[in-house]
Amino acid sequence: MLTLSQDEIQAITLSLRVAAVATAASLPFGVLIGMALARGRFLGRSLLNALVLLPLILPPVVTGYILLLVFGRQGLAGRWLADHLGLVFAFRWTGAALACAIMGFPLLVRAIQLSVEAVDPRLEQAAATLGANRLYVFLTVTLPLILPGVIAGAILCFARSMGEFGATITFVSNIPGETQTLPTLIYTLTQVPGGDAAAFRLTLISVAISLAALLASEALARRLQQRLRAA
Amino acid sequence: MSIEVAARTRLGAFTLDAAFLSEGGLTALFGPSGSGKTSLINVIAGLLKPAWGRVVVEGRVLLDTEARIDVASHKRRIGYVFQESRLFPHLSVRQNMLYGRWFAPRFDRTGSFDEVVDLLGLEPLLARGTAKLSGGEQQRVAIGRALLASPRLLLMDEPLASLDAARKDEVLPYLELLRDRAGVPILYVSHALAEVARLATRIVVMEEGRVVAEGRAAEILGRVDLMPLARGPEAGAIIDGVVEVHDEVFGLTTLASRAGRLRVPRIGLAPGATVRVRIQARDVMLALAQPKALSALNVLAGKVIEIGAGDGPMVEIAIDCGGARLVARLTRYSAAKLKLQPGAQVFAVIKSVTLDARAIGTAPEQATRSAGPASDF
Repeated sequence: MLTLSQDEIQAITLSLRVAAVATAASLPFGVLIGMALARGRFLGRSLLNALVLLPLILPPVVTGYILLLVFGRQGLAGRWLADHLGLVFAFRWTGAALACAIMGFPLLVRAIQLSVEAVDPRLEQAAATLGANRLYVFLTVTLPLILPGVIAGAILCFARSMGEFGATITFVSNIPGETQTLPTLIYTLTQVPGGDAAAFRLTLISVAISLAALLASEALARRLQQRLRAA
Repeated sequence: MSIEVAARTRLGAFTLDAAFLSEGGLTALFGPSGSGKTSLINVIAGLLKPAWGRVVVEGRVLLDTEARIDVASHKRRIGYVFQESRLFPHLSVRQNMLYGRWFAPRFDRTGSFDEVVDLLGLEPLLARGTAKLSGGEQQRVAIGRALLASPRLLLMDEPLASLDAARKDEVLPYLELLRDRAGVPILYVSHALAEVARLATRIVVMEEGRVVAEGRAAEILGRVDLMPLARGPEAGAIIDGVVEVHDEVFGLTTLASRAGRLRVPRIGLAPGATVRVRIQARDVMLALAQPKALSALNVLAGKVIEIGAGDGPMVEIAIDCGGARLVARLTRYSAAKLKLQPGAQVFAVIKSVTLDARAIGTAPEQATRSAGPASDF
């Protein structure tokens, strides 16, 4: 019952890698856009906000299909990236990571945006009067104060990526060893006779990973609260 | 050491149009809430951009809208102690204190960490976080943090306003030390007359965005024509003097001043120390002849120089006592009955009981000695 097959181990490690890469790659953008949405007063702010949240409300299949149109081999961005940077997304694990990043992005940005809004701008003003330029103010005051929020957002994004199914299977299909992640393997197992035991096993693992991520995120959110109360 | 400030700008329905000069020491920006004091120092710190303005500190032009000079906040070297301490919650007291030091060029640092810690009595707090500090401790840390950035000028925006009376009394002596020993000119915003009277070497009075008077503290506080100052419940003059002798039997201290000898409840300063006594106008009685058989210990001979205007029940009367100014608040009835006129010889009677510890502080170095600002650093 507890011994995993080659395919299963492969799917779990691939899922972990995809989720980790998706989270790490979207983190800088998440901080940037979270800061912009929390602090910025610019034209198109609501549009940017809606765009970031869109994957949360669109059917994942639709998101996956849009990704296929844009980043597929024939897609505008996809062809350019393949020609100039040698970066291919279609039917590769990198594509799975891209799909996961897009799907997890709203959660990441939301968490960061909320924590930026909780930072007292007067502290940043004080830092400026002490001689810190904007970059140093960000690095020494803003970033440390939003760090629990950033970490919480990253964990949510990671967990979301571990569970991503619709956009992934639409965009990069379900190729064992390349794009077959934990959820798509569970789906495959439920489609074949005798796959129940394996599907159940993987379901338990999936629940365990998600639960751990959620608990970690909660603990960090509490720490953020404490820190703000302390201020 | 000189500071030149001028700013003109609209802020909503309010117009700020103020200018003043300062020569170091502690200059108090005094005025009621909403008179533009904070806006003016925000212009100096670079936190507020005026439509027109000019700020020069120590010969360095920080803002000149006509010449299109506008030095960024973090390059101005202007320390700022805010009303709320604004300590960084993620840093310890020590880290907070050292924050600005890191950005100050090594060759341009004034005062050592240990000296500042010593001056503000912060040693026991250094390793602690900022969350559990009392309000007074937080403000002392904030002052130390601003000071360690080696500022050319220290701005303080009502640093005591959020503290209760006991905490205020705890921090005030440190502010006096700061004024006399740190060697940094201070611009101190306040609408609390007691603080201003105790700390200021110069006072700039603001009202509705304008400067209505400026001058030496004793001079400004001795005027009876300035509305917010002279008419407030706490109006009163200050007299600087020197501790002469302590009377241990009765627990009294005798001070020598230009106005004459003053006897006050025993204070902790040694003979020879310079002190400033604040004498509230409502605590001063006037008599036309030297009173005899009187319980009050202080009787100062003087001459009426000005009688305040207005037709309320009370009137303020400025008195010159040997070159020092005193203000008495009488009923208009008494003033009429005594036929007080400018030039009249009077005796000012002040109960020692009214001159308690809160009324007495150390005098600014400059006011009693002719030398410039002393610096221990």
